Parts: sequence; C-alpha cells; structure tokens
Amino acid sequence: MNSAEIRKVVQEELNNIAPEADLANVNPAADLREAIDIDSMDFLNFIIAIHHRLGIDIPEIDYPKLVTLDGAIAYIDAKLGSSRTQS
Amino acid sequence: MVEFRMPSLGADMEAGTLVEWLVKPGDWVKRGDVVAVVETQKGAIEIETFQAGQIEKILVDLKSKVPVGTPLAHIRTELEEKPSVAPAPPTLAPPVAPVVAPPARAPVAAPTLPPVARGAVARAAASPAARRLAEEHGVDLSTITGSGPAGAITYADVERRLGEAPAAAPPERKRALWLDLAAMRMAIAAAMARSKREIPHYYLEHQVDVTHCEHWLAKKNATLPPDNRLLIGALALKAVASAARRFPAFNGFYRDNKFEPAQAVHVGVAIAIRGGGLAAPALHDADQLSLDELMSRLRDLVQRTRAGRIRSSEISDPTITVSSLGDRGVEALYGIIYPPQVAIVGFGKVVARPWIVDGAIGPRSVATITLSGDHRATDGHAGALFLAEIGKLLQEPEKL
Repeated sequence: MNSAEIRKVVQEELNNIAPEADLANVNPAADLREAIDIDSMDFLNFIIAIHHRLGIDIPEIDYPKLVTLDGAIAYIDAKLGSSRTQS
Repeated sequence: MVEFRMPSLGADMEAGTLVEWLVKPGDWVKRGDVVAVVETQKGAIEIETFQAGQIEKILVDLKSKVPVGTPLAHIRTELEEKPSVAPAPPTLAPPVAPVVAPPARAPVAAPTLPPVARGAVARAAASPAARRLAEEHGVDLSTITGSGPAGAITYADVERRLGEAPAAAPPERKRALWLDLAAMRMAIAAAMARSKREIPHYYLEHQVDVTHCEHWLAKKNATLPPDNRLLIGALALKAVASAARRFPAFNGFYRDNKFEPAQAVHVGVAIAIRGGGLAAPALHDADQLSLDELMSRLRDLVQRTRAGRIRSSEISDPTITVSSLGDRGVEALYGIIYPPQVAIVGFGKVVARPWIVDGAIGPRSVATITLSGDHRATDGHAGALFLAEIGKLLQEPEKL
C-alpha cells in the first residue's frame, strides 16, 4: 500500500466521522481535532477503524503522531512498512 | 392483550409521527425491544416496548401523526399466551386477567431495565441505525464484520461498506436524513428557555487533580486493543453516577412543586451533533456498570445519537446530566439544567497546572468540574459536598 492509498483510507475513515469535511482542502499539517471538529470519541473511533481496516496496532501513546493528516499517513506508512520487512 | 401507545417523550410533546415499524403482526417482542420509530421535534426516536409478547395487530399506518397516548399496536402478552399450550380458539377469553396497559408516559422510575440483547431471531448483531442504513441501501448485514461492542455491526461499519462503492455519496446524503437540526434547535430552545424561566440555578465549581486518572488510564489502555480502550469521559460519568447514588437529592425530577428522587441513576450524556445539534440521552443505570461496560455503552450511545437514533427510554428518563466540552474545549462550563431534572455536572478540559502536593509544587493535570443545581431542590452546601464527592471518587479510578 503506497502513501496515496493510505491517504485515501485515512480520508475515507475521517469522512465517515465528519461527512461534511472537505479533506482535500484541509491543511495536512493542521490538528485534525480542530480542522474538522472531532472530539476524543471521534478520534478513538478513527483509531479503531484504522486498526480494523489495516490491521495495525496503534498504541495510545502514539496518538499525538496521528493528529494531523500528514502525521497519520506517515505513521501508518511506517507501521505497514515495518510489518512488510518483518514478514 | 395490551395496547402499545404513542409515548410522551417530554412535557412539550403532543403528537408524534410513526415513521417505521420494526415489527409485524406475529413477531415476538421482549421488554426493551425497539418496535417502532417515531418522528418528534427531538428527532427520530426509537420506541421500546415495556411489555413482552406477540404483536397481534398494527393499528397505525406509517406516516400517520397521532396524539400522545394513541394505541399504536396490540400486543398479546406472554401471560395470556403461555397457558394455552394447545392452540386455543381465538374467541376464548384469556385464562389470566390481562395485564393493564402501561401508562402512556414511559415509566421514569421503572425498576432497572435489564440490558436486552436485540434480535432473538438469528441475525447479525447490529445497532438499529446500522440495520436501517443497511436496509435502505440493500446491504446484507451478514456480509459485514462488526467493529462495535462484542462484534456488533455499527452504523459506521455499514457506512464504510457503502463508502466502498466507487462513487462516494455526496456529504448531504451521508448525514442521517432523519436528523432534523432545525427541529432539534427548537426543542433545545424550548427546554432551555423553560429551564431559565423556572429553575433558580446556583453554580459551583471545583478544581480536581486528575493525574491519577490519566496515569491509570494510560497504563490500562496500553494493554488493550483500541475497541476496549477507555476515555477519561467514562471515568467522569461513572464518578458522577456513583456520587449521585450517594447524594439522591441531585438525582431525580422536580415536578408539581416538589422533588421526587429517582430510584435508578440514568445519567444523561450531553452529545454534540455535527452541524449544530445537541441531545442528552440517558446512559441507563450508569452507577451499576463496570467502566468497561460503561465505555462500550457510551460509544454505542454516542454513535446512535449522532446517527439520529435515540430510544424512547433514553430520551425520557435521564435523572441527572453530565456535559463535557472535550479535550480541546474550554476549562469550565456552566450547564443549564434540563427540566425536570435538578442538576447538571460540567467537565472542562484537562490542563497542566502547577499544583501543590504534599507541600511541594509540581505539574499536575487538573480539571474544573462544575455543578448547576436547582435551588428549589438543594442548596449550595449540599452541592459542594456532592461536587467534592465526585472529586474524591476521581482520586481512586481503580475503584470506580
């Protein structure tokens, strides 16, 4: 899965939470919680969705790395990459 | 035979429009099952039955607007059914005195409703909202893997399946169509104006060190998959529920010029709805739930509320409300009591503050907790004790 595909997955899952958000025009470095108005429950649901869809473990301590669009994509990319090298 | 009636979901409700039947004649229902969906000013509400039995006859057609108290269906109760092991002729009088029809208002102080697993028939566990969305789009639920509590299929799961279709639906279509934010705004306006007119509020605030809560949560969540992780909001709700159990003067209703304490603690959870809506449905028996259970019910409640699917009992029976503006909101909020309740507890965001612990200054995580109380029911003195109790309970999250 390349980073464009990861971006698509991230955007889809965020749109499931915030259907009206125009993620193509969200500053990729902005804090998503403010940029698209999601709360801690929304964020947890986003983490759960990514966990189930991509099968990666996202410990709570890593949450701060996923609060921007770019951060989330880079984090997932790295996680998927490390599991690829391991297998 | 009992009559299943249009319930009253608030003092201001005069009529409701029947928009969906989830049962048909011949279906068996259990106490707590959702049998119909009614459109009210508060949005679409899932109406539960308080009588178990077999649906005998549907009396009201879809899209009919009928006054509160109108019989909607006949339910043949189990009491009538059981003795007739051999199929009895329908004309035979029931061998047992028929159970009296329940009052139109959903019983507020009803003994605790046991959590009823929905769907006795073999079908995938799914939230009603998910089921409806799936039906609307012709999605087979058995082909979806649920991500909700105990693998239940959630609204988001169905949405995801729909989202897998190449052309994504435009945003307007994704929003729950039955959420009428304008009507909801009117309902909020009516309730809040009535509150400010009738309830002499007093306000208290208390700063609480929640560092222990954060450490305890971080340690616990580190070992758990995301589905089972707790939010600090779950601890807050449990602490309020436990404190309300010990301070019954804050848990109940002010009606007919007197306070009636409630037997159960049903905590109303203020839930913001995207686009500018607010609802505060009940998390039933919150004081009796383990934190894990409470969290999973909370997730389900938030998801259903945001999808526009609240159940009748959840809308009519909160006994106290909790409002939290979340982790990036403000430090304190002063809630307006939702009548006929007598208290609302507010949680501000957790902030790092210099704090004195054992005579030394150190950084601690601090939350401001507020109480808006009804002065007709309680005084500030009792309110202070209640608020302090919530703070104390949060010092020992492992005991919540």
